[in-house]
Amino acid sequence: MSEGLITAAYIGATILFILSLGGLSHPESSRRGNLFGIIGMTIAVLATLFGPRVNGGLTFSLIMVAMVIGGSVGVYAARQVKMTQMPELVALMHSLVGLAACLVGYANYIDPTTHLVGADKTVHEVEIYLGVLIGAVTFSGSVIAFGKLSGKIGGKPLTLPGRHGFNLGLLIVVLILGNSFLGAESPANGMWPLIVMTVLALVFGVHMVMAIGGADMPVVVSMLNSYSGWAASATGFMLSNDLLIVVGALVGSSGAILSYIMCRAMNRKFISVIAGGFGTGGGASPTAAAAPTGDVSPVSAVETAELLRTAKSVIIVPGYGMAVAQAQHTVCEMTKILREKGVTVRFGIHPVAGRMPGHMNVLLAEAKVPYDIVMEMDEINQDFPSTDVAMVIGANDIVNPAAQDDPGSPIAGMPVLEVWKARVSIVMKRSMASGYAGVDNPLFYKTNNRMLFGDAKKMLDEVVRNLA
Amino acid sequence: MKIGIPKEVCPGEKRVAATPDSIEKLKLLGFSFVIESGAGDSSDFADSTYRAVGAEIVDNAKTVWDSADIIMKVNPPMLHPELGCEEAGLLGAGKTLISFIWPAQRPDLMQTLAATKGSVLAVDAVPRITRAQKLDVLSSMANIAGYRAVIEAAYHFGRFFTGQITAAGKVPPAKVLVVGAGVAGLAAIGAANGLGAIVRASDTRPEVADQIKSLGAEFLTVDYQEDGTGTGGYAKVMSAGYLKAQEAMLARQAMEVDIIITTALIPGKPAPRLITAGMVKSMKPGSVIVDLAAAQGGNCELSENGKVVVHHGVTIIGYSDLPSRLARQSSQLYSTNLQHLIEELCPRKDGVINIDMENDVIRGTTVIKEGVITYPPPPPKTAPAAPAPQLFAAPPVAAPKAAPAAHGHGGASAPSSNQSVAVLGLVAAVIFGLIGYGAPVAFLGHFTVFVLACFIGYMVIWNVTPALHTPLMSVTNAISSIIAIGALIQISSPGVLITILAWLAVVLTAVNMLGGFWVTQRMLRMFQK
Repeated sequence: MSEGLITAAYIGATILFILSLGGLSHPESSRRGNLFGIIGMTIAVLATLFGPRVNGGLTFSLIMVAMVIGGSVGVYAARQVKMTQMPELVALMHSLVGLAACLVGYANYIDPTTHLVGADKTVHEVEIYLGVLIGAVTFSGSVIAFGKLSGKIGGKPLTLPGRHGFNLGLLIVVLILGNSFLGAESPANGMWPLIVMTVLALVFGVHMVMAIGGADMPVVVSMLNSYSGWAASATGFMLSNDLLIVVGALVGSSGAILSYIMCRAMNRKFISVIAGGFGTGGGASPTAAAAPTGDVSPVSAVETAELLRTAKSVIIVPGYGMAVAQAQHTVCEMTKILREKGVTVRFGIHPVAGRMPGHMNVLLAEAKVPYDIVMEMDEINQDFPSTDVAMVIGANDIVNPAAQDDPGSPIAGMPVLEVWKARVSIVMKRSMASGYAGVDNPLFYKTNNRMLFGDAKKMLDEVVRNLA
Repeated sequence: MKIGIPKEVCPGEKRVAATPDSIEKLKLLGFSFVIESGAGDSSDFADSTYRAVGAEIVDNAKTVWDSADIIMKVNPPMLHPELGCEEAGLLGAGKTLISFIWPAQRPDLMQTLAATKGSVLAVDAVPRITRAQKLDVLSSMANIAGYRAVIEAAYHFGRFFTGQITAAGKVPPAKVLVVGAGVAGLAAIGAANGLGAIVRASDTRPEVADQIKSLGAEFLTVDYQEDGTGTGGYAKVMSAGYLKAQEAMLARQAMEVDIIITTALIPGKPAPRLITAGMVKSMKPGSVIVDLAAAQGGNCELSENGKVVVHHGVTIIGYSDLPSRLARQSSQLYSTNLQHLIEELCPRKDGVINIDMENDVIRGTTVIKEGVITYPPPPPKTAPAAPAPQLFAAPPVAAPKAAPAAHGHGGASAPSSNQSVAVLGLVAAVIFGLIGYGAPVAFLGHFTVFVLACFIGYMVIWNVTPALHTPLMSVTNAISSIIAIGALIQISSPGVLITILAWLAVVLTAVNMLGGFWVTQRMLRMFQK
């Protein structure tokens, strides 16, 4: 295959990738979008394989073996993963991209076939340095994110004293190393600054994600998604390959936008999420005076079923607790029964519910809840006053009225689902413990609120039995 | 004593200072009435109805001014077009004039009136104390102005106010923003809410939040800490930082709402300029702005006093005579307020008024007593009651640290200020300049591709529905395994180490490639109607 043909194939692949992302604007077109992505990838890989840069039967078979090994692992993981584990899988896959970018960067650096001089050489080396840097941060950060999401590492933010100074120190050392890397005469001389920098980048990735708490994970996961894209882009620059640059930029901006959406949904600055620890930016702490007082009114599953049966309209607000209890199928069953009885049931999804962007939507889709009754927060918030029952399943901070009423609250200003405006709200919760933000929830003490204590799945099963 | 009611001579004025009802009540106190023929015509009170309650009808304004001891009017005295003389000059020694005067703004008129040696009671100077509420014409007129503002807006607005779902399609409800929640603002909120619109309101005084909410509107807050409560329930001038935050809030709202009603006034100052030309431009075509402060300079940059103008497809109503456009209602309330004032002036019910300067209400209202200017009055001895009606309202409030309404998903975010855009542009120009200066040409080609791709990514990703954010992440994951291309190219390079590194990279990316697409497909299959 000639260079011209390969370039043409790459352009085709680029277009297909853009169409693939564009297809995700609606569930109807999304499957076709994914197909476009697969075709694009196939074209790109085949064009490269049969191009002039890959030679010899041995190389070819090496590649085949690699593809088969990697592919089988990937397919196996993709088939086995539970929908509640999606955030972990995604984080793990980010780490692979980061590692691959590192490896390609190293391979490119020691490649003796590149002969560049002057500014071209400097630019090329900067590209390698950046590519390895971003790749390493992505790799170690994603591994830690995976650990946190799968519960192998505690979810609490690790806040070392002087951590900002530590990060700054790392940055300065990396810059100094970069200078000596660029000044190196030969790859052998430049290798040690590159390796030291890689280690530092790995440390930085670990440290950065360790400092961020569990419920901020949607931001972290999408940020790492963004990094993996920039890593691919940097690799594209170092190899002078436009396809990699374009795809990397697409993925990078996708992750960046997701991070932005998530931050906005929490009313927090991106910097303060990344700087780690909750409330470090706000400075406000919940005071004893602000703690809501009053009695909570517990209800039983039987009473809950009764409330739901007599309601005309119900809005269900799921949170991470539903995912933990694996209760999405029971929720779906309950929805089906209620809908058959003529009750209007809809779902209200907060943008940061769960541990990654869109987490709740995927779980509900898995349980076969029709997507047209699953609404976004902004679509449904004005409907609460005309709703009979708002049912909160395993969510806390995203339905906390203090975000609107109490300016001293750490979550003040965060957009929330206004479940308290419904005629009755029912909160399913294991205990009266506060949510991730450590803020007491005045919702529980409202006169029109009922508490259904217990494991979400067990209690819902009982509700469903009483409904049927 | 005889009370005279001349016909109003101000062009476009339709109100009258006494109605048959108020005359009937005041006659019980011993007053008699002389009324210029046709005085009540434009508020639908015919001469015959006045005659029926025992008032004397005369043809000539001069006769009214000459024969009456007390003149009750609406507008401040002005040049009488038919008599060809100043109305103020018709007031004689020992006579009393009761009308709007605006003493602070009209020192010339005050001098002319004082020269007549008569007494003048300015209804606009009624002190804002609880006891004086029943004769507070400012509140009565503001109430009507607020209501009428909504009616005018509805007349010029091409859609329903209320949302409807009809066989011919869905009609979204109109969104109304009321700036300044004094009496006029609150009346506008009530009227707009009654018509079915979604109403939002803002004010600099935090304590009106509850009043706004009680009328069914959402209280908008400005992300800045400052209390705008001035004296006597009025608003005060706000700090520069506050005004900036307020402008940002209004700019966001302007893009969203269909109708803006501004009622922001600060006593003794020009009306605050709140709605800029840029905000007008950002409004949807067909939107309507009603500027109740047009006569005081306008809250909207583009409004013209007394006129309806259209700019950028937005109708801007600057009528300053809204109460007069509801003449019968205004006349009824105005005459009742005056009736209460006369009752206050005539505590012995003997048909004689006594301008008692010891009485707080009368002291405040009296601006000239027997040729001596007594304005401004000393501060009232009684403290203003907390919920006293507030006519002058002003812009949004510094509520504690509330967030901008920045929730939701969608491409457009709040417009950045020109300044920050300029700074950003400058920074970008410098960066691009440096790159262009130092980098080789080949790199610039790739850089072009990179920048364009970022923009495409930005455009495409904002269209992704939030429900599919998880599949988006897994598919971008799969796609970023395109890095395999890099590994494939390098695997043939000489050197065992390179081959090993590249081979490992191929394995890793293959995991992502197949795994990512597979799991995405698995997820997408689950989404169903």
